[in-house]
Amino acid sequence: MTRDRLHLARVSRRDFLKTSAAMSGAMLVSFNLAEPSTSFGQGPIAGSPQLSQLDSWIAIAADGSVTAYSGKEEMGQGISAAQIQLVAEELCVPVNRVKLLYCDTALTPDQAHTSGSQSHPANFNHDNLAQAGATAREALIRLASQRLGVSADQLTAKDGVISGASKSVGYGQLVGGRKFNLALDRNAKRKDPKDWTVLGKPVPRPDLPELVTAQFEFVHNVRVPGMLHGRVVRPPSVGATLVGVDESSVKNVPGFVKVVVKKNFVGVVAQKPWQAIQIAEKLKVNWSPGPALPSHENFYTHLRYQRPTRDTALVDSLDVEEKWNQGASLRSTYLHPYQMHGSIGSSCAVADVQGDKATIWSPTQAVWYQRNTCSMLLGIKPENIHVIYRRASGCYGLNGADTVTYDAAILSQAVGKPVRVQLSRKDEMAWENYGNAYVIDQHAATDAKGNIIAWEHESWSPTLGNRPGPGTPGNVVTGFLLGFEPEPFVARSPAPDPESYNNGSNGIPSYVAGKIKGKAYGTGTIESERVMLHSVRSSFWTGPLRSPARLQNTFAHECFMDELASRAKADPVAYRLRHLRDPRLIAVLNAAAKAANWTPRPSPKPDLRPGGIATGRGVACVLYEGDNGYSAIAVDIEVNQDTGQIAVKRIFSAIDVGPISNPDGLRNQIEGGALQGMSRCLGEHVTWDDQKITSVDWSTYHTLPLGFEVPKIESVLINRPAEKTNGAGETSITVIAAAIGNAIFDATGVRIREVPFTPDRIKSSLGTRT
Amino acid sequence: MSAVTLKVNGKVHNLDLDPATPLLYALSDDLELRGPKFGCGLGQCGACTAIVNGRAVRSCITPVSSVVGAEITTLEGLGAVEKPHPLQQAFIDEQAAQCGFCLNGVILTAKAFLDKNPQATDPEIDRAMSGVLCRCFTNIRMLSAIKRYAKEAAR
Repeated sequence: MTRDRLHLARVSRRDFLKTSAAMSGAMLVSFNLAEPSTSFGQGPIAGSPQLSQLDSWIAIAADGSVTAYSGKEEMGQGISAAQIQLVAEELCVPVNRVKLLYCDTALTPDQAHTSGSQSHPANFNHDNLAQAGATAREALIRLASQRLGVSADQLTAKDGVISGASKSVGYGQLVGGRKFNLALDRNAKRKDPKDWTVLGKPVPRPDLPELVTAQFEFVHNVRVPGMLHGRVVRPPSVGATLVGVDESSVKNVPGFVKVVVKKNFVGVVAQKPWQAIQIAEKLKVNWSPGPALPSHENFYTHLRYQRPTRDTALVDSLDVEEKWNQGASLRSTYLHPYQMHGSIGSSCAVADVQGDKATIWSPTQAVWYQRNTCSMLLGIKPENIHVIYRRASGCYGLNGADTVTYDAAILSQAVGKPVRVQLSRKDEMAWENYGNAYVIDQHAATDAKGNIIAWEHESWSPTLGNRPGPGTPGNVVTGFLLGFEPEPFVARSPAPDPESYNNGSNGIPSYVAGKIKGKAYGTGTIESERVMLHSVRSSFWTGPLRSPARLQNTFAHECFMDELASRAKADPVAYRLRHLRDPRLIAVLNAAAKAANWTPRPSPKPDLRPGGIATGRGVACVLYEGDNGYSAIAVDIEVNQDTGQIAVKRIFSAIDVGPISNPDGLRNQIEGGALQGMSRCLGEHVTWDDQKITSVDWSTYHTLPLGFEVPKIESVLINRPAEKTNGAGETSITVIAAAIGNAIFDATGVRIREVPFTPDRIKSSLGTRT
Repeated sequence: MSAVTLKVNGKVHNLDLDPATPLLYALSDDLELRGPKFGCGLGQCGACTAIVNGRAVRSCITPVSSVVGAEITTLEGLGAVEKPHPLQQAFIDEQAAQCGFCLNGVILTAKAFLDKNPQATDPEIDRAMSGVLCRCFTNIRMLSAIKRYAKEAAR
């Protein structure tokens, strides 16, 4: 939507369609906005188009052009191209005839969050966008049958025209200007993948021409008439509370509009952004410091012994204890730090709160939940709040998007004018909801042949806050400063027995049976199994960061599997295959090994030499969160044993996410995920002193730059047209840390069990080598 | 506040600004250009890049007073949707983006570097791009796009 004036004018869906129709010289389908209200936070609120109605998803104009409405947003992951393909395929129109609108509380159906690699599965597998396309196609054929007097089974749809028996009629002639007035039909027949003409092909992204020419409107570019600029003044340390604010310290600064103080929230509003920054810096604020933070140096010990805990048992065969003495036993502990989303653009939002109405432009992953929680913050009815998604820089989970939306809303309400807020780099990094730190103990027993006969996994991880969801604005910092509590921590120990199978964010290793009440749900064969998770309260905000917990758990599982293979003097691929039973996981592992020209031998490689450059290879695999995408990666690396530097030379990725909708979009996600995972495991970790976060910019939080020595990536895409589709965005990132860790071991004989694999850590570990 | 004259993408603009204001705010707020973006405000990431007299500068730490009279080019100044610059076209051809927020700094940094070093080798391009950050890690496609353009432009 180039320079889209739609939302600046704050039009309703009905007005929008009328305007569009007027612009195209045609009468368009109109929508009924009077929909029944449902209970707070449960499904669509009044005004949101209903999921069950075809007209909520698809409108066809008189010129035959198609507008599709989705509740899953484009954040840069490439989902818009795939969604357009779904609609074009089912409706039998070219992709350039489909316009996609997404995530606007007044226009699009409520599909909750865009998160968790669930967007394509939601709209492909379930009764949503693609099913709406199929429903519309069948409805159009019925209408054409009546219009042409030709039986439906003689009619075919192609390029927006239905023809048969030498007659034809266009979609626009059949429904342009009218509603379908139909329920979404769960039995409408979806196209057989063998008949696909649009899906399965590399359709280009629709946003690139505008992105590369700077015409694209990010949320940072939203400009509203009369808009002012806000800046927040966050506490100087974690847990600090406000004592007082001296407004006179800034009243005479040019551009000053207002100082806003609510409980522990402090912000300023100015005429221009640079003025707001100056005012925020000059404002005299007194804070009372918070409690001392746990020592960064001894943090993992602190984490392991922190009380109280919330304990969860995922599987327990009740016999692991007796196995430890039956065979050889191996124990290892893996450590993973807090990491941050570190979006390249600090988070930004624009809010226009006027009396009992509000319009909010937000990069949130959940516009409908933002409406609910902004309602709580502002004291305005949710139906009077219009939240419009606008893209920010990539978030990879819960970055500052939700919190800055609250900042803008509160400041706008205080001045009664539209306010734009963009966080400082430090405020973005010091207060975002970090990806969880982990301590993970692994314990396994093996028989005389080296086969694993028991596996126990026990982890400790801190949490505080989360996505705000429909009713918990205190899950992010601004809501908390305004007086809302984060979701409560409920201690529970001992853990109840598991009643049903839960993969627990890949807490369950790929190689165990995953048995609940005698039925095996896992991907592996090991029958003696126990997985125990301990959650504790975090000192810092936490929330989903791309492959949340799955990445940390998989790092520990796949490195430990490598340790077991090495001890059995077995090839790491062959050893994994000995303990797997899921054919699709076996297939991706074999495919990655084949691409890498993997020759069977145990790790470490023979003839290790100290000093100089050592080369090595490593492999790892996973079924993402137990049911959402098969991923295996093999890597070739170089370790500079003198400096501790790691250079990843080649990455071989094999992915099976069911039927492939857009192979180029899939490759883009695999590549980005693998390199982002590399950056995370080689250098990224959150740091703090006794009071505050100290990783607050790009000199104190280390990311790989664009022009580092980028590895070559070969992606093997396994197409499974008969399966359900899976998410792809978190597949490669989940296995890369383990693959690199295993390659370091292969090259040097040294096992690094702590992320990140910094040169200092590698060097000191190499120094302890005997 | 004082009168500041800036020449941006060939047009002269008279603005009333504190001379210490970083160029970024003049471009993105006073002129409402969508290319230059606030990423860090510290000159660390490149999202705010503009080309000033042929050199890629970090506009978030460049006071407007220091660029009065200079030729300033933003991403908008290269090409349009209907007629992209060949470097922009290379990014489309390679499908070289995810969120796209860093593209401004990536494309302008590459443009300024290749204008001065048209015969640059691939490793030289990698080095020239080592001060720009892309957190989606679209590195492979972006570097391919830059190298594709460099090879075409060098011919």
